[in-house]
Amino acid sequence: MQHEHAGQLRTSWGHFTKYRPLIRELVTRDLKVKYRRSFLGYVWSILNPLLMMLLQTLVFSYMFRFDIENFPLYLICGNTLFNFFNESTNMGMGSVLGNSSLIKKVYVPKFIFPVSRVVSSFVNLLFSLAAILLVMLITRSAFYPTLLLVWAPLVLLFVFCCGMALLLSALAVYFRDLQYLYGILTMAWMYATPLFYPLSALPGFMQAVVKLNPLYHYINCLRCLVMYGFVPGPNTWFACIASALGMALLGLAAFRKLQRNFILYL
Amino acid sequence: MPIIQVQDVSMRFNLAQEKTETLKEYAVKLLKHQLFFNEFYALQNVSFSIEPGESVALIGRNGSGKSTMLKLIAGVMYPTRGTVTVNGEIAPLIELGAGFDLELTARENVFLNGAVLGHDRDYMQEHFQNIIDFAELWDFVDVPVKNYSSGMIARLGFSIATEVKADILACDEILSVGDFMFQQKCHDRMEKMLSGGTTLLFVSHDINQVKQLCRRAIWIDHGHVRGDGPAAEVCDAYVAAMQRGE
Repeated sequence: MQHEHAGQLRTSWGHFTKYRPLIRELVTRDLKVKYRRSFLGYVWSILNPLLMMLLQTLVFSYMFRFDIENFPLYLICGNTLFNFFNESTNMGMGSVLGNSSLIKKVYVPKFIFPVSRVVSSFVNLLFSLAAILLVMLITRSAFYPTLLLVWAPLVLLFVFCCGMALLLSALAVYFRDLQYLYGILTMAWMYATPLFYPLSALPGFMQAVVKLNPLYHYINCLRCLVMYGFVPGPNTWFACIASALGMALLGLAAFRKLQRNFILYL
Repeated sequence: MPIIQVQDVSMRFNLAQEKTETLKEYAVKLLKHQLFFNEFYALQNVSFSIEPGESVALIGRNGSGKSTMLKLIAGVMYPTRGTVTVNGEIAPLIELGAGFDLELTARENVFLNGAVLGHDRDYMQEHFQNIIDFAELWDFVDVPVKNYSSGMIARLGFSIATEVKADILACDEILSVGDFMFQQKCHDRMEKMLSGGTTLLFVSHDINQVKQLCRRAIWIDHGHVRGDGPAAEVCDAYVAAMQRGE
């Protein structure tokens, strides 16, 4: 290994292979610590979305009614993706600050911390797919061949969340209030995403606004594949791919630019 | 070719900037015009080079810039001016136990900490038994580290960092932890690593330890190199200056 600090900034990517084991260890750690000491352990990754779906189904079937076919499945598809987004970006945001004691002492490519958090949440998301499957079985919904494409929106959302986590984790170092602001932001974002209401329930101009929300497209894509058995049109794919790549590039660029002075603010 | 080359390095901190945490403090400092003028040089025009296999101590008073120098060499900080070139693998021993997750057991932490130092699972598996043997933690391998005493954590950290092979071992005041027996053991192990060709970079204000372990010492005073040479001479000059009450 040779490094020179002043001339060229050491790029994180050069060390990527060397530090791949670290990503693996950090992800294992996150998963182990998450459910350590709970009796049911990983079962919670499946049980939690199921219980949440059940509760929301009760609330929205009796209190606010929307005319949606197979409402439980509609709900759990949206919630699963939104929860992944919410969890991964929130955890990712605090990951650089949370590992400050390490960053101050050992040279480690810093992008590893937000990215490994998103990977941990992604593993969790894969567990909760079992919950979706259960709901499909219980509600006797049809199994379309389009189910084989489900990985596509998941992978794209993963890329989107990585970009978002990189961006947030870098900004949070300089502007810690972001951690508190972001809670409100995600709540607004949740209401702006058709999780428990159909897009058609909104007035025309609001529909246009919601379509600017990338999460709507990921969720819509998943619902098309799981519930309605058709592959969504090119507009949806374009929105998903463009927002994923755009966010990843933005996150990487911001992180690379800001990481150099992290140490002075940690 | 030197293994560590430090050329004309200066490190500037902006004290006000670092300590401004809330809006109120920011406003107060802005009004007092302290925000952008409170500059502080932790290091100024420092140059030295270290050959492979040397054992070098950085000595100096608290706040003289020793630890900043070590952080620059470890690649954690970037100098404001000048260059730091390192041609080798560094095993950082800067404060033991950094990189442990207290919720995890010793076994799990060995792999985590190993990965932080850039080693994969297989490599750590090979060295696992040696690490536990050296740390003498056989009965506590599967106990969460949060239940350890600070001495036990230090033992595990030292054991991991020195078990894996590196070209440069960088230590910041580490031997002050652990009981007498363990200190002796650490000392022996470092001697062994030195005779095996590892370069040692040792930060301390314990003059006796420096004289024991290192051949050469670099004395940093208020961010400047004030002495560089055989450990005994530089240490004596340092002690003499301290006694004169500088």
